[in-house]
Amino acid sequence: MIRALVLLVLAALPARAEEVVAGLSQTRVSITANFDGSEILVFGAVKRDTPPPEGPPLEVIVTVIGPAAPVNVRRKSRVFGIWVNTEAVEIDTAPRFYAIATTAPLFDILSHTEDLRHRISIPQGIRSVGAPPEVADAARFSDALIRLRQASGHYRVDAGDVGLTEDTLFHASFQLPANLTEGNYTVRIFLTRGREVIDHQVALIDVRKVGLEWFLYTLAHERPLAYGMLALALALLAGWGASAAFRFIRT
Amino acid sequence: MQLYLPIAEVSVNVFLLLGIGGIVGLLSGMFGVGGGFLITPLLFFIGIPPPVAVATGANQVVASSISGVLAHLRRRTVDFVMGGVLLAGGLVGSAAGIYAFNLLQRNGQIDLVVQLSYVVFLGVIGLLMFQESLRALIRARRAPGRIERRQHLWMHRLPFKVKFRTSGLYISVIPPLAVGASVGVLAAIMGVGGGFIMVPAMIYLLGMPTKVVVGTSLFQIVFVTAFTTVMHAVTNYSVDILLAVILIIGGVIGAQIGTTVGARLKAEQLRILLAVVVLTVCGKLLFDLVVEPSELYSIGYRTTRG
Repeated sequence: MIRALVLLVLAALPARAEEVVAGLSQTRVSITANFDGSEILVFGAVKRDTPPPEGPPLEVIVTVIGPAAPVNVRRKSRVFGIWVNTEAVEIDTAPRFYAIATTAPLFDILSHTEDLRHRISIPQGIRSVGAPPEVADAARFSDALIRLRQASGHYRVDAGDVGLTEDTLFHASFQLPANLTEGNYTVRIFLTRGREVIDHQVALIDVRKVGLEWFLYTLAHERPLAYGMLALALALLAGWGASAAFRFIRT
Repeated sequence: MQLYLPIAEVSVNVFLLLGIGGIVGLLSGMFGVGGGFLITPLLFFIGIPPPVAVATGANQVVASSISGVLAHLRRRTVDFVMGGVLLAGGLVGSAAGIYAFNLLQRNGQIDLVVQLSYVVFLGVIGLLMFQESLRALIRARRAPGRIERRQHLWMHRLPFKVKFRTSGLYISVIPPLAVGASVGVLAAIMGVGGGFIMVPAMIYLLGMPTKVVVGTSLFQIVFVTAFTTVMHAVTNYSVDILLAVILIIGGVIGAQIGTTVGARLKAEQLRILLAVVVLTVCGKLLFDLVVEPSELYSIGYRTTRG
């Protein structure tokens, strides 16, 4: 028992010899009226007390995960000649944004056990507990969710997008799409060697709608009656004002 | 120039939106129609989610009808009693429509129902208009005809008769209530004013004099679409103010140009043109429903809380 513990400590010691120190180009992203995407840069260095160990090379995985929400994935089938949503599976949690950048293809540098432990790959971030019994192929719905979000640029895996210099300095840039959801985005940086995670660090990015966007969005969701009245007042004013203006121009 | 719409949560080109507002405004100026039935499907085509397109469409109708109402009020061509009855029906219809809308949205069927309603209505209206204008073209070569006002006998047997002084009618309130209610349902589910249904119904079914028909229908439309806009905002959070304002600006400019252009063209040719536009939009919507989509799966968000 003791011998096993000692072995474990010994095995763990060299791992702690390499630590990740990271920074972000910005810790806030603001969505404004002319927001058409943004780029954030994650950079950092590997801190060590001893020279880098021999053996498998150092690899870096960076993930950026947006706020999660339950979604319904629906499937169409043909009913009387037209395509109708006929089946639905509720997915309990699915991040609105999920990006992974690595120094090499993900599973070349990460074992499946480590993936399960740290929940790194995209399917690990999506949780679907109960599918209705009449849907036999519920897994296809989670696959479809990933595919749809990859197509819209909300989920992405970019192997080789982390630049690593001299086994010490690394950097990765993430393109955030224009229709970003508000909330806290978690940035995680993993160092791996021989497909094992040797250290990781977590940072947060705060994505907020600002200015007019923020005002309209919060008003619409928190004081919908006032928002509806505002919409109405603007429409009445614009409709009446414009025709009055044109009448004035003509006469 | 891309603009991020806060409620629709999509980025769209401002000039595209101004163009859509402008073209629909142009058509409504040329033909004297509200244009709500064209703006909503065009918004589907550029990727605005149908619930947002419908709710914002209703808001846009408020703007495009208000100046007309004011003009008719000045000319005293609004039958307030009849308008009030139509409005009462309209509010009930709109509330029922909103309820159905939210129920369908929870079941993931709202997109389909909205699109199907548009296919049916645009198809029927387009065909009727096409046939009517063809007939008018032929008639124009012969002697000018007269449109007869018809009154249905069964209507006179209904209870709750009321005197509508401005319209010179003494009829039951049930038919106008029913007409108002069905228009209210259309406003809630399709985001239209419903003038294209109400005006013929007022002339042929209720037997109202044409002089007060347009003003009275606009009177009802402004209030019903206003109510619908607020109800969509409160229950669905789906009214996009930014989208509405841009469409309104484009629409107002388009309508001014349209009125000038429309005055120079022949009425029959104009109506054939409008019929073709309506049928094209209908055809495109139908095509999208019938052809197998490249992606069978879609993601639904829970827009309503709780």
